[in-house]
Amino acid sequence: MSVPRYWRNMPKRERLETQKCEKCGHVDFPPRGRCLKCGSESFVPYTLPDRGKLMSFTIVRSAPKGFEKMTPYVLGIVELSDGTTITVQITDVDPSEVTIGMPLEAVFRKICEDGDSGIIEYAIKFRPAL
Amino acid sequence: MRKVAILSYGMTKVDKHWRKSLRELYGAAAKKAMSSVSIPNIDALIVGNMCASDLSDQNNIGSLLADYLGITPSTAYRIEAACGSGGAAILGAYTAVASGMYDYVLTGGVEKLTDGVGGNTTYSLGKASDAEYELFYGSSFVSINALIMNRYMHMYKTSRETFADFAVLMHKNATKNPYAQLPFEISRETVLNSDMISDPISLYDCAPVGDGAAALIMCPLDVAKTITDSYVEVVGIAGATDTINISSRSDLLTLNSTVAAAKKAYAMANVSATDIDVAEIHDTFTITAALSVEDLGFCEKGRFGKMLSSGGLEAGGKVVINPSGGLKARGHPVGTTGAYQVAEIAMQLAGKADKMQVKNAEVGLAQNIGGSGSSTYVTILRRP
Ligand SMILES: [Zn+2]
Repeated sequence: MSVPRYWRNMPKRERLETQKCEKCGHVDFPPRGRCLKCGSESFVPYTLPDRGKLMSFTIVRSAPKGFEKMTPYVLGIVELSDGTTITVQITDVDPSEVTIGMPLEAVFRKICEDGDSGIIEYAIKFRPAL
Repeated sequence: MRKVAILSYGMTKVDKHWRKSLRELYGAAAKKAMSSVSIPNIDALIVGNMCASDLSDQNNIGSLLADYLGITPSTAYRIEAACGSGGAAILGAYTAVASGMYDYVLTGGVEKLTDGVGGNTTYSLGKASDAEYELFYGSSFVSINALIMNRYMHMYKTSRETFADFAVLMHKNATKNPYAQLPFEISRETVLNSDMISDPISLYDCAPVGDGAAALIMCPLDVAKTITDSYVEVVGIAGATDTINISSRSDLLTLNSTVAAAKKAYAMANVSATDIDVAEIHDTFTITAALSVEDLGFCEKGRFGKMLSSGGLEAGGKVVINPSGGLKARGHPVGTTGAYQVAEIAMQLAGKADKMQVKNAEVGLAQNIGGSGSSTYVTILRRP
């Protein structure tokens, strides 16, 4: 991945910064040009909550390029405490102990290495709430 | 708008065609479609394809294929809508003919997945998802759908056995399809004991990787009648879209794009789900079949398992689903799958499906999904 492409998404992927609709209060992640719910184009900056619960998950055993060394790892859809749903990795847990509905919290982690000479990518993952 | 017909079609067997290139595959299918009717010229070539840029290092395949076929249409281009490329190309061809702009449009699609090396094929297919917010986190096309399947099993208390039984039915259907990639029977245990790819999706829940091409010629209905007896009318056609990121959807277990496209296509054709005799649906994974059957209106939400076990999806049931074997067993050459589906339905309604033939089929439907439900194309055909 090119450095600018990685760098420009850091606020969203590393700090969960996004936007909230000024009209209806709906939160979009990732941010959109128009509110998914009401179509409004006026937004205020918003940071997603760092807690939520697991809506669904999968244990990835056959990984895409760049993630082969990490299998098995858990990918999930997390319903955050404000109702926003996001796709992220679930970490710091034995895959066999992951259950739908389990409480989670955000944590800063390495996502993958872009080959031997590429950048190391970081982002938010979620782990079982301590 | 003019009424539109499918004049002719041709397809190759879906397979790992190591000896054939992109242009040779589409050429074989297009020559079948072109040689079975006598028409003055091809006005436009609109072809569906997803992965040629990644796997065959080839863009501009409209011109490439026109060149290979020795035709000089007014326009020749590729349409890319991930796994929905074939359906999108047919919608493009339909609008080109219906509008009066072109009379004879050669459409369909071609996909050459086995030109990929290493993990390139999986990686290319994954690009149907949101690269910055889904792929970034290590998800693949399979794992995105596994998230949906796990939620479905949780919400509707459905077991892996139910999904396995759908794969078994698809393989049984495919034994009658000369174009199918996997024309052999399997058992429920074959699915349950196959390698886990991304829980709860195992290898036999997935459509296989394969190459193929399907070509169709579309023209005005009035013209088709003067050329052949075996044309089929396009009575309803529609596309619809949804968020590309599955976690943004209001309901993870509803393919909103399928619901919306089906609603529009049914209204245009003046039919309802109960009028459909035969349907080719987009079962990339067994879970995709469940959502598709429900969201096309063939049964209520969460009732897929009941519908399947009661025989509702096969001959003698409510609707015959995927007599071809579906994506699961006919195969899924991604960017042309939607073209196979429409050609298969046309074949059924023309009464030319041989061993696959559904008796007395009058109205048929093809449902082609792009991404994990980010778009759907529904085409409804009627026997003249
Ligand atoms: Zn809003």
